[in-house]
Amino acid sequence: MTLLETRALTARYGDFQALFGVDIALQAGQTVAIIGANGAGKTTLMRSIAGVLRNAPEQVLFEGRSVGALPADEITALGIAMVPEGRRLFPSLSVEENLLIGAYGRKVQGHWGLEAVYGLFPILRERRLNPGTALSGGQQQMVAIGRALMSNPRVLLCDEISLGLAPVVIRDIYAALPRIKEAGASVVLVEQDIGQAMKVSDHVYCMMEGRVTLSGSPASLSRAAIHDAYFGAHA
Amino acid sequence: MNWIDTIAQGVLLGGLYALFAAGLSLVFGIMRLVNLAHGDLIVMGAYLILLVVSVTGINPFLAALIAMPLMFALGWGLQRVVLNRVLGPDILPPLLVTFGLSIVVQNVLLQGFSADSQRVGAGALETASVDLGVVTLGVMPLLTFASAIAVIVCLNWVFYRTSLGRAFRATSDDPVTASLMGIKPQGIFAMATGIAMIVVTIAALYLGMRANFDPTIGPARLIYAFEAVIIGGLGSLWGTLAGGVIIGVAQTLGAAINPEWQILAGHIAFLVVLLIRPRGLFPRAFD
Amino acid sequence: MAYRVETRTTASSLAAVAGIVLIGVLIAFPAFAGRGLIQDLFFILTMLVLAQFWNLLAGYGGLVSVGQQAFVGLGGYAMFGAAILWGWDPVAALVLSGVAALLVAVPTAFFAFRLAGAYFAIGTWVVAEVVRLLVAQWKAVGGGTGTSLPREASGDMWGQAAIEALFGVRSAAARDILAYWLALALCVATIGGIYWLLRTKRGLALAAVRDNAQAARAVGVDAGAMKWVVFLTAAFGTGLAGGLIYLQKGRISPDAAFSVTDWTAYVIFIVVIGGIGTIEGPIIGVLVFFLLQSFFADYGSIYLMALGAIGIVIMLFAPRGLWGLFSDKTGIQLFPIRRRLTGGRLAKSKE
Repeated sequence: MTLLETRALTARYGDFQALFGVDIALQAGQTVAIIGANGAGKTTLMRSIAGVLRNAPEQVLFEGRSVGALPADEITALGIAMVPEGRRLFPSLSVEENLLIGAYGRKVQGHWGLEAVYGLFPILRERRLNPGTALSGGQQQMVAIGRALMSNPRVLLCDEISLGLAPVVIRDIYAALPRIKEAGASVVLVEQDIGQAMKVSDHVYCMMEGRVTLSGSPASLSRAAIHDAYFGAHA
Repeated sequence: MNWIDTIAQGVLLGGLYALFAAGLSLVFGIMRLVNLAHGDLIVMGAYLILLVVSVTGINPFLAALIAMPLMFALGWGLQRVVLNRVLGPDILPPLLVTFGLSIVVQNVLLQGFSADSQRVGAGALETASVDLGVVTLGVMPLLTFASAIAVIVCLNWVFYRTSLGRAFRATSDDPVTASLMGIKPQGIFAMATGIAMIVVTIAALYLGMRANFDPTIGPARLIYAFEAVIIGGLGSLWGTLAGGVIIGVAQTLGAAINPEWQILAGHIAFLVVLLIRPRGLFPRAFD
Repeated sequence: MAYRVETRTTASSLAAVAGIVLIGVLIAFPAFAGRGLIQDLFFILTMLVLAQFWNLLAGYGGLVSVGQQAFVGLGGYAMFGAAILWGWDPVAALVLSGVAALLVAVPTAFFAFRLAGAYFAIGTWVVAEVVRLLVAQWKAVGGGTGTSLPREASGDMWGQAAIEALFGVRSAAARDILAYWLALALCVATIGGIYWLLRTKRGLALAAVRDNAQAARAVGVDAGAMKWVVFLTAAFGTGLAGGLIYLQKGRISPDAAFSVTDWTAYVIFIVVIGGIGTIEGPIIGVLVFFLLQSFFADYGSIYLMALGAIGIVIMLFAPRGLWGLFSDKTGIQLFPIRRRLTGGRLAKSKE
């Protein structure tokens, strides 16, 4: 079943058009990775799905329903949560409060709550009274992921969760992915690390200059094809 | 002149100024909005309480309880319909709109209640006092000060111990990310202004019972409130109380030396603090 | 043909010609206008001066002051003080009006610039209150109740006798004419001076700061220094206007001279309704304000209520004011500041 879909999605910032008709689809229970160079439009795509940027209603479908024009808070209430680029923890909230605020708009009870998140990332329990911004980058990323999970989302959007982190920390964070999926979330990952993206996803979309230039299952894509889609075909 | 008595009166007066200031501080803390109509809204609250008292004949404290939901609704609606539209990086629109609002409120009150000064009668409470040996303190000023402390304790509880308070702080930090949590920033702002108006109603109750008021005294109340907030340091409610006390003590000391110097002394205390500690006595760690 | 950098437009050239004609007509006005009309024009001109300076502060400098009444009052009191205590001719004492405002503006700026954004607004207001309360203690000029210009000062100003002879009017009317001419000169100098300031390199930087403070900083515009220039200029000009206003009124009191409604609220209304951040805006605004004032001022508080409400509605739905609406529709600018490239092959015009 197709859980989430964009159809000919366009987005612009003022005079600058960032997306030119993007089609992606996420099947229930799967993980989709979006790869591409800086400025390819990956983050814009995520912000459009999450409702931070508004679109025409029928450009984003969630469970078959047109949701492109809904604001972010209503998108969250429907069951789409986002881990924003750069983590964006709330500096005046403690770690635990950052997690609790993630449940603010929760409409459904489910697997995730404080205890479940602490089970997933035990270090957060130790740091729970610290201000969110006093943590290391990897721990902050765990808070951001935990915070998004607290709403028990059907779809988890992860924007560049490995950016700026050490490889060992990235491994820890990706180690949580199977349990997140087990608990019922399908995942859209934006990743600059192609290897990482190929390893964890069921389907990959490669974007360049606001368009999808290549898509397919990781096994079906050759290195050369990805290289072309990533940097532009050899002229 | 009895110094201890003067200072004690000043401290208690500071409680009134902290009440004026708490709502202003709350709204500024959450949405970086300075409401120039704040003082006029306090005066409006006093007229509302007066109206309820004169129509129903009930005790002013009960009248304030009736006025609270009305004032909350007014604040909520004001934020929803007008102020949310002008929030943004440019500070000019909210300033000009609330300045316009100040003039509208003042003149609505002038039109409705005339320029005559009024007072909310509180019966025996007005003159009751407690003899503490060293000083004799009025019950009304003591009640005012106690209310200020109660308001600050309640606001801090809401702010730091409730889900709504978390949403206030999160929205204040970063409204876009807050919306990703399912928070509606516009709704949060409306709620904050509504709560500020409940505090305004409490301030209005004491404003009305302690002294005469008329439709034009709002701006001066705004200025005292503003001074208390700045002296205390933005974002700290206990700091705001300290700021109110400093203004109150400066005013009573000034008045004790020469009655014409009362207001002036308060303003000068403010300027001195601003000179020595530009960010106030208890500034927030980050902003 | 070579490229040229120009700011002139057809509309602005026409406006310049019309402006010169208008100034000529206005100078000659007392020859055929009655005293009431002269007083109305005096009111319009002085309010326009105040509005232009507030617009310079808030519209170009981003300094939203609610304390300009401090400088109006100081200007008035400096002139009264010099006339009463030292026997100066009131016209000569006008220089002191500007200087006094300037002197107080320095410490004011020192305090107020510590306050960011919205708090600056109330900070300036506090300073204005302090000045009002201090002046109310100044017994030599009447303390809290105020005073009038002594007869020998108000009846024998420089040029007054000549005006009496020239137009065959009485002393009070001659004072109105004198004040009117001075106001006209001040107004022309103000508009001309602000236009000149905005077209200089520093002024262009100012517009850049207004449009985008961050970008302006990035290209090396010193916003801090410009804030000082703008604040002190506005204080000086506002002080002069204050001196002139009270020269014409002949009577002063702290509550009137430091009135936040008369000298700041009305002025803000004028700028907002006309169009903030333009020179044309306050001109339109003052005319609209004068018309509203003459037709509806008798309604008192209802009138003020309506003014406040109109201001709010304009801010919500047409934040660039009446002139902004007109200029967006037509593209006409009477005081163009932007530099355009003309001549050469790219340009369509045949200049």
